[in-house]
Amino acid sequence: MKNTFKSKKILVKIATHITLIIFAIITVYPVSQVITISLRPADRLLSTSLEIIPDNATLNAYIDLFTNRPFLLWTANSAFVALVVTLTGVVFASMAGYAFSRFKFIGKKIGLLSLLVTQMFPATMLLLPLYIMLIYLGLINTYLGIIIIYTATALPFCVWTMKGYYDTIPFSLEEAAKIDGCNQFQAFYKIIIPLASPALVITGLFSFMTAWSEYIVAAQVLQDAQLWTLPLGLKSFEANMTTEWGLYGAASFIVMIPVVVLFLVLSRWLVSGLTLGSVKG
Amino acid sequence: MNKLSRNIFIAFFVGPTILILLAVVFYPFIYNLIISFSNMNLRHIKDWELIGLVQYIKVFTDPTEPTFFNVFLKTIIWTFTNVFFHVVIGVFLALLLNQHIRGKSVYRTLLILPWAIPQYIVALTWRGMFNYEYGSINLIITKYLSLPAVEWLKSPTEAFLACILTNIWLGFPFMMVVALGALQSIPHELYEAADIDGASWFQKLRNITLPLIRPVMIPAITLGIVWTFNNLNIIWLVSNGGEPSDQTHILISFVYKAAFNLYRYGYAAALSFVIFVILLFISLTFMKRTKATESAY
Repeated sequence: MKNTFKSKKILVKIATHITLIIFAIITVYPVSQVITISLRPADRLLSTSLEIIPDNATLNAYIDLFTNRPFLLWTANSAFVALVVTLTGVVFASMAGYAFSRFKFIGKKIGLLSLLVTQMFPATMLLLPLYIMLIYLGLINTYLGIIIIYTATALPFCVWTMKGYYDTIPFSLEEAAKIDGCNQFQAFYKIIIPLASPALVITGLFSFMTAWSEYIVAAQVLQDAQLWTLPLGLKSFEANMTTEWGLYGAASFIVMIPVVVLFLVLSRWLVSGLTLGSVKG
Repeated sequence: MNKLSRNIFIAFFVGPTILILLAVVFYPFIYNLIISFSNMNLRHIKDWELIGLVQYIKVFTDPTEPTFFNVFLKTIIWTFTNVFFHVVIGVFLALLLNQHIRGKSVYRTLLILPWAIPQYIVALTWRGMFNYEYGSINLIITKYLSLPAVEWLKSPTEAFLACILTNIWLGFPFMMVVALGALQSIPHELYEAADIDGASWFQKLRNITLPLIRPVMIPAITLGIVWTFNNLNIIWLVSNGGEPSDQTHILISFVYKAAFNLYRYGYAAALSFVIFVILLFISLTFMKRTKATESAY
């Protein structure tokens, strides 16, 4: 009796591992494809081989990318836009979320509800008027235009996450701080902000991802090739007739690395930052 | 804190966010409504005039385009299929990861990957994988499964299926992470008590696990529905703008094309507003429905 129970348990374990391995292969495979393509020699870009490391693997695509293409320019452009958006996103969301969590004021309910409703706006409903507005204001082909759009797109989700997280931090902590002589603002940044770091991390990550990997809006606003961000540059390798697969693979791999690393480093925060707020909400 | 300094504090904290949202979300919302009643297009971009409900009538009856209801039906299929698989795969993997197994953090790390990769790279890479001659999907199908190669991107049904497969791959990690968080908050004593009562694995899943992760999953699913319904990136980049011959559109990509490739601004604004109303209706109904049945547990 005990033996059959034990062997059944082992079978379940093995089945679990096999299932997880299958899913892990499915998630990793497309990534390995990108790497494979980037390592292929130029005459073998279109290959029917399924090997992960191709014959005569070469780093030529990477060298070409950095020496003959404006890849560094695109990276610098993207980094600039993403950093500004992340910074403004985190600062504004942490402040607005705090006010929404701690105070009663006129328009609070409507404010919170509209944050949710904005998530239902189809991109075109805002993009089209914004595009026409930017034409009128002469902001097409400027970073100011695109930074404002990205910040506004990321803000509702960020404010909502921050508010949900603050709600789980007991009020008594600020009261204690005030008794010790802090004013409201000091209580906020000395006591609450450090405690809310999981939510700040999510907010920052979300803002960064919005700006670092957005293609559709950038394609309309940034028409001048000097201003292109990484997504626009990468898409240009995939022009219809002559996809430059090697360059595309190399560039994609380099673009992926910072985001994936950031994500994995922060992944243990993701679980608590995302779910704590919603349990209470 | 007196009343005045309290109000200044609130204004200072909420002010910037409200200003940005007013300028970049609410103003465009109103502006979009106005354009939707106008004849604005490439030729009439500055000298447009209001023409009433003409664009809305066109949305539902324009004979030159694939009909609205056709695209709408595809959007529903797209949203339902995607969210269904996101949730089922996500919860399933979370259940597996929530046990004591070796290499748990390695599995979790690998399974989060699709979420971490920028969407446009996901889309373009999968588009390459669906290539008829050189794409790895056809190579696997022909070499290992000995099945005939599929013209993934040339025929409408297969291209649409390709978009769905890509998006399923992309979306389950979010649900997995949310479900994992929810599973970790369930107290162990509940399962121990159930074990004493002799409950089977399936009974525990049905009576303890699922009801208890529900309050966390419902908001996540609502968000999932909204995000999938409006996910422009995958459809647009995998099918390359609705190819073949505009047969793979969902509403959002259809209206994007009308606005930015065909410059039919008035028409696009009207359709955008219709999409918003539909989505608002769907998500409100979903939230109401799921709350109504919540008391059943």
